[in-house]
Amino acid sequence: MNQALRLAYRNLVGAGLRTWLNVGVLSFTFVLILFYNGLIDGWNKQAKRDSIAWEIGQGQIIHKDYDPLDPFTILDGHGNINTIKGNVSPVLVQQSTIYPEGRSISTLLKGVSTNQSITQLPTGLLLNTDANIPALIGKNMSNKSGLKEGDEVLIRWRDSEGTFDATNITIVGIFESTVPTIDAGQIYIPIEKLWELTGLENHASYFIVGEGYEHKEIQDWEFNSQSSLLETLDAMIETKKASGTIMYLLLMAIALLAIFDTQVLSIFRRQKEIGTYIALGMTRGEVIRLFTVEGFMYSVLAVILGSIYGIPLLWFLAKNGIPYPVEQVQDFGVPISDTMYPVFSLGLIAGTLLLVVVSATIVSYLPARKISKMNPVDAIKGKLQ
Amino acid sequence: MKYLTILLVAFFALSFATSQDPDANAIIKKIDANMISNSNITTSKMTIYGRRNDRTITAKSYGEGSKKSFTEYLSPEREKGTKMLKLDDKLWIYSPSSDRTIQISGHMLKQSVMGSDLSYEDMMDERKLTEIYTAVVSGSEVLDGRKTWVIDLIAKVTDATYEKQKIWVDKEKFVPLRQDMMAKSGKILKRVSLSNIEKISGRWYPKRMNYKDMLKQGKGTDFEIVTIEFNPKIPAHIFTKASLKK
Repeated sequence: MNQALRLAYRNLVGAGLRTWLNVGVLSFTFVLILFYNGLIDGWNKQAKRDSIAWEIGQGQIIHKDYDPLDPFTILDGHGNINTIKGNVSPVLVQQSTIYPEGRSISTLLKGVSTNQSITQLPTGLLLNTDANIPALIGKNMSNKSGLKEGDEVLIRWRDSEGTFDATNITIVGIFESTVPTIDAGQIYIPIEKLWELTGLENHASYFIVGEGYEHKEIQDWEFNSQSSLLETLDAMIETKKASGTIMYLLLMAIALLAIFDTQVLSIFRRQKEIGTYIALGMTRGEVIRLFTVEGFMYSVLAVILGSIYGIPLLWFLAKNGIPYPVEQVQDFGVPISDTMYPVFSLGLIAGTLLLVVVSATIVSYLPARKISKMNPVDAIKGKLQ
Repeated sequence: MKYLTILLVAFFALSFATSQDPDANAIIKKIDANMISNSNITTSKMTIYGRRNDRTITAKSYGEGSKKSFTEYLSPEREKGTKMLKLDDKLWIYSPSSDRTIQISGHMLKQSVMGSDLSYEDMMDERKLTEIYTAVVSGSEVLDGRKTWVIDLIAKVTDATYEKQKIWVDKEKFVPLRQDMMAKSGKILKRVSLSNIEKISGRWYPKRMNYKDMLKQGKGTDFEIVTIEFNPKIPAHIFTKASLKK
């Protein structure tokens, strides 16, 4: 085996530019696969962390008639909050329309507990103010509506009987979050105020659960665990990962095709060498192994080369992050930060390494099988076979 | 002398009584008599004034009581064939381009119809004013050259869309010339201006209405009656879901 490795190394180095072109493409693919998967993993981690911190908490208790994805359920999807005790924060959702500068914008009016600390929503800003109805909005909502801190805006809503009412609210704070589902088209006011405005005293659409809460069956309310609430996010990121796989598999295929092509050419051009090996006593299997090891060596050299420029590059990106144009993608409803930090786990590095090495070895072995059918005399003579 | 005193007292009492505002509830009853019919077939033209361009939609509607109505859009080409059926508090819309019928309910009913200043709910709520509001005459004004009673309406039912309304009623024709619809806070949300009042089948009826969302900029939405037929007999099959796809 040592002899095969030595011979393979000499042959590869002897091939010069051809070898380094193959190694270069393969190393680029290796680094790219690592980079892309690391980016997706980093995004996944950040999205989950931010969703938990801003929206999900340790889970949510949702009224049985309320479906956050179905606006039809807002009207009737709420219930009395007195049945639920513990470290939970109630949220009442109602629909409304605001009229900034004569335009109408449909909004979700959310009543939140001002002293909650389960999520990072700065609800404390709703407390120390003289405003009649203080309101919080996100940066995205602020950009879309043109509302700034201190602005008053007319809001129209309906009470529990369906009768219209309208008054001014004052924007007392604008928060910045990477979670668009708590920002776009949403206004937060103290829940007590919303009860007063709608007549839905002591009602909530859902609760955000904090640390230490232990759920027991409660009539009309359903507990959704943190992991079940993150399922959609997981599925979305998996889809993104799968679509990215196509791109790097294509690149990988090009690199492997180059190795395959080189191997076919080598076997064709080095027939005399193959014949000599066999004449000197090497078995066909040993010659096949030699050529396969050459292919394997491509991947080893690619990993070494990739590590030389990949490690500092990926380390730099993991440390400093990659700026991302958030505003263009926030409308898709995916939590995304303006700087994405890739995460390179040991599993990811080992998996990618294995993928590159195994696939390069397989594509080297496939053309080498032809050697087993070669006649050594004809091979030494250089006759085409 | 005794009879003369009685006569004088009676005269002053009568003249005092006639100088008082009339019974507001009687006025809105007369408005209902003009505006509401057991059934009607209407061809109308709705002009929606947008920021960039205006759109005009013509439609033919059939209505029976306050619970049943059926509308088919006749133009423009894009909306042609779209049909709406309302039965009680349910509304279905058929779109010929997708050949699908969808039901509109809940909050969707509060959305605007084809970008106009009218909501589906505005179109569907055909209850009589006397059923929803108690009325008080608050004065009289001249509006567009017509003498009007100004009447304040306060909801007597809990499910009124607008808690308060102020209407200017033509003293002679008993048709509102303006209708301000207000939120509970008193803020004017919508204004309907009614004009081109004509006598049709023995009743006064406004052939032109402008709906204006007072919280939004813009000229609002014009609703013009091209033809209207009161109390015709409408075949029962019109008000079935099957008629949406015909």
